[in-house]
Amino acid sequence: MWKLLQIELFKIFRKPRTYIAFAAIAAFILLIQLALLVNGRQYLEFMLGFLDDGFFIPYDQINNGYWICFTILNLLLIHVPILVALVAGDIVSGEANMGTLRLLASKPVSRSQIILAKFMASVFYVIALLFWMALIALVLSLVLFGANDVVVAKSTELHQIEKADVLWRYFAAFGFASLALIMVASLSLLLSTLSDNSIGPIVATVCIIIVCTLISEMQIPLYDKYLRPYLFTTYMLGWKGFFYIGVDADGQTIKGSLQNGPAILKSIGVLLAYIVFFVSASVFVFRKKDILS
Amino acid sequence: MPPVISVRHLSKQFGDTLAVDDLSFTVHEGDIYGFLGQNGAGKSTTIRMLLSLVKPSSGEIRIFGKDLNSHRSSILRQVGALIEKPDLYKYLSAYENLALFAKLSGLKADRRLFMHKLDMVGLAGRASGKVKTFSQGMKQRLGIAVALVHDPPLILLDEPVNGLDPQGIADIRNLIRSLSRDEGKTILISSHLLSEIELTANRMLIIHQGRKMVEGEVSALLDPTRSLVQLDTGNDVETRQKLQQTGWKDLVQTTGDGIQLKMDLKKVPELVSDLVRMKVQVISVKPSSTLEDYFLSLTTRPGHVEAFTD
Repeated sequence: MWKLLQIELFKIFRKPRTYIAFAAIAAFILLIQLALLVNGRQYLEFMLGFLDDGFFIPYDQINNGYWICFTILNLLLIHVPILVALVAGDIVSGEANMGTLRLLASKPVSRSQIILAKFMASVFYVIALLFWMALIALVLSLVLFGANDVVVAKSTELHQIEKADVLWRYFAAFGFASLALIMVASLSLLLSTLSDNSIGPIVATVCIIIVCTLISEMQIPLYDKYLRPYLFTTYMLGWKGFFYIGVDADGQTIKGSLQNGPAILKSIGVLLAYIVFFVSASVFVFRKKDILS
Repeated sequence: MPPVISVRHLSKQFGDTLAVDDLSFTVHEGDIYGFLGQNGAGKSTTIRMLLSLVKPSSGEIRIFGKDLNSHRSSILRQVGALIEKPDLYKYLSAYENLALFAKLSGLKADRRLFMHKLDMVGLAGRASGKVKTFSQGMKQRLGIAVALVHDPPLILLDEPVNGLDPQGIADIRNLIRSLSRDEGKTILISSHLLSEIELTANRMLIIHQGRKMVEGEVSALLDPTRSLVQLDTGNDVETRQKLQQTGWKDLVQTTGDGIQLKMDLKKVPELVSDLVRMKVQVISVKPSSTLEDYFLSLTTRPGHVEAFTD
């Protein structure tokens, strides 16, 4: 299995397409950092200006590395599934299209092992992508802007987290985001086993995510009742929960706490269930598949 | 010793299409077994079933005496294959492709071995060249190196000379012969070219529309004493009538365009003399060597299949 995984990783990281995602993420993050370095205060005034009448808002303190990383994740994580689909959607169908799948499947390795190795390689790719994102979005932002307390808006609430209580939340948030993106990779993998060309699974993954995200975000009572609880997109943005801090009876924030830990655990459970379902279905489909490409 | 390949009543249905229909054949150790048929005859589907790429609808495949379904991995470890056009990882070099598939076949990295295999197919000088820069012929040769890299006792080659120039075809033909002669490999080679099979194989099977038409020794099947000869006289009806009054009448084939005789090629001058004597204007007499004609020669003779089937 390790041998197969090595081979899959070798193939992924020798393909120029793989690096599009890394380049896109770096470009996007650097653009945001540059913008906030130059116009950070104006951006914050635009975002939080409606609170100016009742509160003193220390814009210059809020505009720090931790807050910038949160802003980047908020803007970026919803688009990263597209980059994941670019690689995971191609991982089986791309080989079918290229004609190498028949050579691969005629070697003395089981089809289940082939799919599991491809899934694990996708997981590795997702983790590498998020590590890269963390490196630029968090580490570089801290270097450029310094560290301070984080202020996060949640509908009508403002959550202020002390800087000493922030770092673990980022580790947890990146961990959660990995899970959400691994779920996307497993969906792409399943679609990839069903097709003999790369474009179909990539486009299909993106379309499914867009449609499900729209349904999750529309707040239509009918969808909220019958669809939203079952859609994976409802749970994909659960990483934000790590930045919503718990408060005591006096309204004081509790260091190291979460406002709704069970909701995060539920999201993790749902995402894991989807991953298990999509990967099992991929193995099932691939084992039954006649390789005619 | 069990046959290297034993296929019994193999069938494969894709929707309404029966691609392979109740096919049975046997390949023995050391055979160069020709698998001959037109495009779409079912050759590639059969080879894919031998490699467990396609699941049979019914029938049994035994390789090295073991059931393919239950001993897939151990069997495939001993099989090398080139399946249709050799599509490899275009963004990798020839050496990297070879090393990657060798690893999948259970080999450890061995630069000397890999370079030897590349040398064997004339690609040692392009080992570090990306496959995307290769011609079809070079890819074909690299595909053969991939099939041979783990030194398998059984080699399945699906149309191995496709896309090769005459020199490349001759090289591959010589390689196949030497693999059989010097290394005792068992080789199953599919082709739609009768001449290729004739020049390389010792036994062969002809498949048509998924069904076996004939199986046996190549020397017996392509016997020159039963060649199909095409006769052009300008007046087929009259010539046919005249031939019916001679000793040639039993050799005239009843189907096909023009007049065809199944006969010993050595007797062609005698035929021409008789025709001239009967005042038949002979425009041309030529032996038919296309696969289609050979099929016709088989199908126009009832009982032929049974006569040559093992």
